[in-house]
Amino acid sequence: MRAKEEILGRIRCALGDGPIPAEIPRAYRTGSLLPDDEVIELLVDRLVDYKAGVLVLDAAQAPQAVAEILHAARTVVYPQGLDTQLLGALPETVELIADGRQRQLSVAELDQADAVITSSAVSIAESGTIILDGSADQGRRAISLVPDHHLCVVPASTIVQLLPEAMERLTITRPLTWISGPSATSDIELERVEGVHGPRTLDVLILRDA
Amino acid sequence: MTHVFLGMPAAGQGNLHASEPFPQAAHHELGNTQLRANLRHATHTIRDKRLKVVGELPDWEELRDAGEAIKNFSMATLEQRLEEFERNFTAAGGTIHWARDAAEANEIVTALIREQQVAEVVKVKSMATQEIGLNEHLEAQGIDAYETDLAELIVQLGHDKPSHILVPAIHRNRTEVRDIFLREMPEVDPELTDDPPRLAEAARRHLRKKFLTAKVAISGANFALADTGTLGVVESEGNGRMCLTLPETLITVMGIEKVLPSWRDLEVFMQLLPRSSTGERMNPYSSLWTGVTPGDGPQNVHLILLDNGRTRALSDRVARSALNCIRCSACMNVCPVYERTGGHAYGSTYPGPIGAILSPLLTGIEAEENNSLPYASSLCGACYEACPVKINIPEILVHLRAEDVDSRRGQARLPSQMDLLMKGGSWALGSGKHLGLLEKALPLGQLAAGRRKKIKKLPGIAAGWTASRDIPAPPSKSFRDQWNAEKRSQ
Ligand code: SF4
Repeated sequence: MRAKEEILGRIRCALGDGPIPAEIPRAYRTGSLLPDDEVIELLVDRLVDYKAGVLVLDAAQAPQAVAEILHAARTVVYPQGLDTQLLGALPETVELIADGRQRQLSVAELDQADAVITSSAVSIAESGTIILDGSADQGRRAISLVPDHHLCVVPASTIVQLLPEAMERLTITRPLTWISGPSATSDIELERVEGVHGPRTLDVLILRDA
Repeated sequence: MTHVFLGMPAAGQGNLHASEPFPQAAHHELGNTQLRANLRHATHTIRDKRLKVVGELPDWEELRDAGEAIKNFSMATLEQRLEEFERNFTAAGGTIHWARDAAEANEIVTALIREQQVAEVVKVKSMATQEIGLNEHLEAQGIDAYETDLAELIVQLGHDKPSHILVPAIHRNRTEVRDIFLREMPEVDPELTDDPPRLAEAARRHLRKKFLTAKVAISGANFALADTGTLGVVESEGNGRMCLTLPETLITVMGIEKVLPSWRDLEVFMQLLPRSSTGERMNPYSSLWTGVTPGDGPQNVHLILLDNGRTRALSDRVARSALNCIRCSACMNVCPVYERTGGHAYGSTYPGPIGAILSPLLTGIEAEENNSLPYASSLCGACYEACPVKINIPEILVHLRAEDVDSRRGQARLPSQMDLLMKGGSWALGSGKHLGLLEKALPLGQLAAGRRKKIKKLPGIAAGWTASRDIPAPPSKSFRDQWNAEKRSQ
């Protein structure tokens, strides 16, 4: 306790001149002006720039697209709350493993899986960012991290143009993962290389509402 | 007065000092042409990227204004913000520790690791742990700390020091990186080329098992949100997510100045930070956590709130805005001095323009050679323009120079060469007669310069000027003489 009291005491002493906090000007953009289809276009443009694979489809076409993207995988992990219709067209050769309250996969099991499919909470078009919040259709953080291929479903209704709009839709105290493209590094001569420790392949399915 | 009353701001310790004066250190670094070529390439690339993505936002200046005001608000109400944060983080199942200085923070971390009975930990890049010298401390305690950020890994395996806060291995080119990997990674493919994707792959293999089996991780934090008790880490490679998600125990070390008043403020900083630092619209991954989430991620979550000189910096009303820094590194990427000397010349964990003010603010201007740092600038102002939270670095540099002069005035000493020069100057320029007398000596200067009409070495402190350049010989006649002769002939 002593350290805390001492540090707070130092702060009081340091601010002895009594600085008065000024009003925070928030004149930056908080609401989007673009029509919905252009917002989707913007998101696609940004994600492609990050070297993610992106498809924009009607929701009804989703199972077929999932099957095409994941047909070569031997094992695919999905969170228990995922809409299983999405998995309906996968060939029988693909082993599907649910992760959830009843059964949490070990890290080693996740490492053995070829791919993971999750949904997402909110996406920001301007920066090409998809946010996962750990809801039942997205699962705990480890499942979208360890497998080397992440297929992420983005319902069109969850896309906004600007970051401040996304904040309004988020519950900040949930464990949040913001994803903008596959993992990358620019640590060697600032040359961007996609794929380091996180999933090296990111595919995004943007689903227009049925 | 021998009694130190509770709460007196105290100086920071750890890796915050220049070990030799900046001009001397810069001199060694300037001799390294490879380093200079790497740096030039890197800083220019990142600068151009930054300008492009900043230019995309019509409200960039409004975001900067908001960022500056939010940080000022946090600093002005720091005590309340920290208490609020502690309440919320603790309510969510996390544990807070307070550390007055580097040594105390290192001890807390060591004790927490010991509790888990492990001898190795994984680490995600953190300025704060670099500042307190945590790795060295753990090593002395028999605990291996594995850096997992690619650049930090290069630095660690190269037995080297970081030279840039965002790209710590900016001074290494791809061939050097390959050579380090070949030498230091026992399992590496001996055919490894210097192709960056191959090098990244080698790092992935090298660290994968560590990530998947680590029991304890150590991280820093980019933000703490007071009204929700949330911490955030911004990264690229996924090593951050690995550390923040897989181990049972997570220990975070963060400076007390990182706290933001509200979760909404993230909408400002998550726009300012990535664009200013890597020049990307958004960094690949960001993680936010609030204490413990049952069934998801680490269940034993600790945060160490570090002072280590921050309250000292806070007490300087002209310079306290240096604490607003979000460590984006934009200022060093635009700095003409940094571009030539690199980060090592600054000695401290914090290089570049921000380091030149922050290091002496944290330690006190009198500490070791830190009083030379505020002079490591031409005051061109590029850093101020680039800074996403509008820290007026040039103004603070000038303020610290004055403080340095004041601190030395107190020390009784012989008049310095500079004092004598200034005295001489005021004598010469004080009267036309005096100046005329001096001008008669001009032909002497020509003599000193010799036939090549260049003076290669000046005596005394003026030698600093000729160390890296020649000066042309003075003319045989002064301007005033010529002017008078001209007037007479008319
Ligand atoms: S001083 Fe400003 S520009 Fe420099 S690292 Fe800090 S926030 Fe970035």
